[in-house]
Amino acid sequence: MKLTRILGVFAALLAFSAAQADDRLTPVRIGLTPTFPHDQYRPLEKWRLYMEHKLHRPVEFIRRDRYIETMDLLRLKKLDFAWICDYPYVHFRKQVKLLAVPVHNGRPTYQSYLIVPAGDKTTKSILDLKDKVFAYTDPYSNTGYLTPRFELQQAGEDPARYFRKTFFGWSHRRVLESVATGLADGGAISSHVWDTLSIGKPELTRATRVAAKSADYGFAPFVARVSVGEEEFRAMQKLLLEMTADEEGRALLKELNLDGFIVGDTRLYERTERLIKAVGEK
Amino acid sequence: MKSLFNLSFRYKIPLWGGVLIITATLAVSTALIVQSYDDLRSDLVSSSASLGRTLAKTLFSAMIQEEVWQAFAIIRAPLHEQSDDNLVQPEMILALDQHERVFVSSHPKSVPMLTDIRRIDDEFARLAEMIVAKPGPDAPIIDLAGARRFYAAVPVAEEGARLGTLVIVYSKEVFLPRFRAGAWRGAGIGLLVLTVLLPINWYWGQRTAAPLIALASSAGDVARGALLAPPPDIYAYDDELGRLFEAFGVMVKSLHEKTLLEEEMIRSERLAAIGRLSAGIAHEINNPLGGMLVALANFKRRYEDDERAGKTVAILERGLTQIRDTVSAMLVDAKVKGRDFAPHDLEDIRLLLSGEAHQEAVEIDIECGLTEPVALPATLVRQILLNLLLNAVHASPASTKVNCSVQFVEGQLRIKTTNAGNAIAAGLMDHLFEPFVSGNEEGHGLGLWVTYQIVTQLGGQISAESRDGLTQFRVMLPVGESNA
Repeated sequence: MKLTRILGVFAALLAFSAAQADDRLTPVRIGLTPTFPHDQYRPLEKWRLYMEHKLHRPVEFIRRDRYIETMDLLRLKKLDFAWICDYPYVHFRKQVKLLAVPVHNGRPTYQSYLIVPAGDKTTKSILDLKDKVFAYTDPYSNTGYLTPRFELQQAGEDPARYFRKTFFGWSHRRVLESVATGLADGGAISSHVWDTLSIGKPELTRATRVAAKSADYGFAPFVARVSVGEEEFRAMQKLLLEMTADEEGRALLKELNLDGFIVGDTRLYERTERLIKAVGEK
Repeated sequence: MKSLFNLSFRYKIPLWGGVLIITATLAVSTALIVQSYDDLRSDLVSSSASLGRTLAKTLFSAMIQEEVWQAFAIIRAPLHEQSDDNLVQPEMILALDQHERVFVSSHPKSVPMLTDIRRIDDEFARLAEMIVAKPGPDAPIIDLAGARRFYAAVPVAEEGARLGTLVIVYSKEVFLPRFRAGAWRGAGIGLLVLTVLLPINWYWGQRTAAPLIALASSAGDVARGALLAPPPDIYAYDDELGRLFEAFGVMVKSLHEKTLLEEEMIRSERLAAIGRLSAGIAHEINNPLGGMLVALANFKRRYEDDERAGKTVAILERGLTQIRDTVSAMLVDAKVKGRDFAPHDLEDIRLLLSGEAHQEAVEIDIECGLTEPVALPATLVRQILLNLLLNAVHASPASTKVNCSVQFVEGQLRIKTTNAGNAIAAGLMDHLFEPFVSGNEEGHGLGLWVTYQIVTQLGGQISAESRDGLTQFRVMLPVGESNA
């Protein structure tokens, strides 16, 4: 009897240590979307190593161009965390938990920029681009899709017929390039991406002009899958919030063109929610 | 035109050679230029065909999903490469939809999306017509007449169903400088070949023409009567030309000999005629002369006392004797029998001439090559020697030497006399052996005539030569049976 108890404890210990070992080896899967310039490999690889170092776990970055694909992966539990746009965050709120909100220029908000080729000196708002070619970012992007359509709707135009042709660039950066090369006569992108690229790729931003800026929206948030464990959630949140605390973290934030992360509040996204309802899509 | 063919070979050979070289070089250069054009074109065709097929395949999915950015990235990719190699870079790439409107273009600023290409310009309008008319399966280069660009149109299709057309545009402005560079290269090679070959051709032409010109000028000289062969070293090779030179030399030589022979024949015939004439006259004079002298002798004997008659007869006798001497001198009779000419005859002659030589202050050196008598009449040979040596002594300036050599060689007696002094005048030389022709004012001019008569009657030859201040007489007498 005593022996069985000892064996039982031993087995439990073994199982525990196995679980521990398993947990240590399972990578944290983080989805990256074009809400920020997610295709720059070198700085992101440094960030990933930084995370591995802090979490004592392998970290995997999973990059997908389309927001919906990242949302699907979250839903299918193929991702633990993701940095997504505020529109899918609000739209798929039941599937995700707000983990952290980036801070840029001291504020956890960003805007939608209406950009036109630098040669276009006249355009002042989207209402000057009737029957032109317009580049959207992604149908699940706020700054790159929802905002310009909302503005057209507010002006009494039908966004579906207003432009001669529209297309999706599937990233803010490509929309910027489309406008810079003249492929599109105008485009809508995230202010954060434009600001970041104006530092890293000034030749691209110089070929365009910001014709109009939208109101502030809650910054594209870092979210966690709803089913992520509390401990894991906290560890990840702590990591992001404490990035400003050490030298390496600050350097990484500088490369991401961010001040840092805050816990954030769902109230930040009330405007986005109003927008979704106003446009009446989905 | 004929005057061109009348040109000297000196110019004609290099000219024709030059024309041939220039023609050949032009032909080769043109071939190179045409080749470079063909190469460029086939480069263009193959590169555009492979590029077109690759792009069209990847474009299909982008176009069918209306992925503008993806299509844009696909058609921009080949243009981003900075190529300094031989590939011709496309100027622009267009993806057209089924209605020849731009789905996406590599240069959206100049050709924006949805542009109907018929509206771009006339060239594109013609291209659109061709695309509509024949949506061919492959990507041939379309070279519209007078167009500024080449086009390659590849259908974007799957299993023959056409979704659109990919158009690759090449600027001729890019193509032509490359062609021009190739053409310049061809022309440069041609020029280089010309600069090397033309001087060589000129030199070769001169070299070939020089012996021909020499031969022609020699032939001209011969025609004018100067029988001179070109110098043998002017063309020292054994080819046809060399053989021509050789034959020409032989011809000139034989012509020369023939002329000499003719002159000699004329001279001997003249001398023979004169000989016959003089001998005939001499005989005719001699016969009555003998009678007259006998009659005079009888008369003298009968009228010994008559002083006056005696004087007259004496005058007659002296005159007739002088006539007989002269006539007998002209009557050379080689048929005289006598002893053979022997070495001691030479000693006699030296002795006989010593007085005369002393008087003229001339030394006589007789070289005797004889050891025994030769079968020739001594009297006649002595007369020959005496005549020649006396002439030589008289012609010699003071304190000079007269040489005489007598040799018996190959069945011939060869006599040679040499003296210094004035040369025999060219005009005199032809008539030297005629009677009453004399080099000086003293002689009667029968000495050489007599000598000639003796020599010819003995079947020999005599010749005279004046050169380098020396006058030489040579006599050759065939030696026959002994006279003794």
